[in-house]
Amino acid sequence: MISFRKKGLLTTVQDFGRAGYQRYGMPVCGAMDRFAMALANLLVGNPQGEAVVEATVMGPTIVFEEPEIFAVSGGDFGPTLNGEPIEINRAYRAEAGDTLALPMAKSGARAYIAFAGGLDLEEVMGSRSTFLKGGIGGLDGRPLQDGSRIGLRAPLADLPDLEERFVSPDLLPRYGSEAEVRFTYGPQDDLFSADGKKTFRSSVYTLSDKSDRMGFRMDGPAVERAAGSDGNIISDGICFGAIQVTNGQPIVMMADRQTTGGYPKLGCVIAADLPLLAQLKAGDKVRFRPVSVAAGQAVYRRQQKILDKLEKRVALRAPEPAEEPPLCGRFLIHVNGVEYDIYLEEQYDA
Amino acid sequence: MAKILTSSDCSLCVEFGNAITEEINKQVRAFTVAAEAAAIEGVTELVPTYRSVTVHYRPEVIGYARLYEKLNNILGGLTAAEIPPAGEIRVPVLYGGEHGPDLENVAKLHDMTPEQVIELHTAPTYLNYMLGFLPGFCYLGGLDSRIHTPRLTTPRVKIPAGSVGIAGSQTGIYPLDSPGGWQLIGQTPLRLYDPKREKAILVDAGMNMKFYPIDEAEYERIRRENYPEEYAQEGGQKT
Repeated sequence: MISFRKKGLLTTVQDFGRAGYQRYGMPVCGAMDRFAMALANLLVGNPQGEAVVEATVMGPTIVFEEPEIFAVSGGDFGPTLNGEPIEINRAYRAEAGDTLALPMAKSGARAYIAFAGGLDLEEVMGSRSTFLKGGIGGLDGRPLQDGSRIGLRAPLADLPDLEERFVSPDLLPRYGSEAEVRFTYGPQDDLFSADGKKTFRSSVYTLSDKSDRMGFRMDGPAVERAAGSDGNIISDGICFGAIQVTNGQPIVMMADRQTTGGYPKLGCVIAADLPLLAQLKAGDKVRFRPVSVAAGQAVYRRQQKILDKLEKRVALRAPEPAEEPPLCGRFLIHVNGVEYDIYLEEQYDA
Repeated sequence: MAKILTSSDCSLCVEFGNAITEEINKQVRAFTVAAEAAAIEGVTELVPTYRSVTVHYRPEVIGYARLYEKLNNILGGLTAAEIPPAGEIRVPVLYGGEHGPDLENVAKLHDMTPEQVIELHTAPTYLNYMLGFLPGFCYLGGLDSRIHTPRLTTPRVKIPAGSVGIAGSQTGIYPLDSPGGWQLIGQTPLRLYDPKREKAILVDAGMNMKFYPIDEAEYERIRRENYPEEYAQEGGQKT
């Protein structure tokens, strides 16, 4: 059993989310920073998608009622165990009565706590993720409260190679108050003018304080529509990271997004850069840089390799040599005042 | 002619047109059924909408170029594909009173009696073009133009689950308690969305829907019997 002495700002249970039900209008939810969640889980010997506790900006204080192995990943909230500082991205053993505190985000905005053996919570539609708006999943379908208690499914008092269970910071994304995230164009980039697209990829946007797990609103220059677009589309599907533009304002759709919507989408943040975005706080700055699908996928596969290697070896000390990115380039060609986006990419075959 | 668009670095959007028509939606359904049957390794989820299907995939399992080619092949074979009927669900509705507080107003607005509104609302077979907005929320097409009704000027803070409403040319059912501005004409005891049930959401995209009026006693009976699965399987009235 673990109990929450202090709940923190917004502390929820999340996993990979409720996949497979988007066609029924069911939001996916799940961890905002999936990479950090997977990392925390692997460090304690869990599958990558086991349910974890997601803390936001101000973390919870948790008391262990029995011995357990745990790890904290994601943003650095200055975690302490019984008042002593501990490292992020390293597995630790807690004794019964120990107190884990995640006071405040020093870097990043979201921290993930994984518990060996997983949390003893019921799956709802195949997931333990909390869907806040729908009031299901997690613990009673809502954020954790002061005094909330969660059982552990198979707590581990020890792991033989505990001191080997850590990841070198060199391998991990660095979270700052400024981020450059990459995106692919589509599916409705043709509904924006060439100037509008240029505005978007060359401006610095500020993450609005009206952002939440559903969407990140970007304050900054308005993105101009193409002539003939009224700023609406016939509703279609919305992906994690989709850049939806509502009355000129870009909104990046996040984990709790609705499944479909009627605003045009200029592009989508690449999967590998979603963690960087998810770790931003209100007021932080973002730049968006267009890349090809092949380039996005190459970065993503490299990121997955880190997790795969961690799964096999657990301890990762030295940075892996960077792989050559696939041959790709993007050219903007102007012909009679019309901008054409040309991609050149090496084909990838799995 | 369908287009395959990029919607992210781990999804593609197969678009069949840019209009809300039964013809386009039929192609959406045909493609969804065919792509599901093809069971392409690495494809994790298909999300059909009015006029497109978003195909989610794992780039570490299948690359963009290979998936594009496979989807293109499915599109090429679509006319030959035999698409099983999507089925029909019959939805019992208790019209008016506290379950449909706007029925009288809707009737007055159109110079009708409440009974005429009910008749016009229950007559058509509606097509469920897609689900979205909320879990289990159906975008139904086919509302009789004689009862198209503008939204309330002041939305309600809480509309109870099961409420049946009209907003402009749309009619629909609120699957869970939610704020909203629809004109409420009735309520169904059928739970379209129940996350704890084996089949959490009763209606699929592409299915037909019929409403039929019930009385208070029948409403209570269906409620008591806890939303029988028969509605999902046979799409029929329980006898």
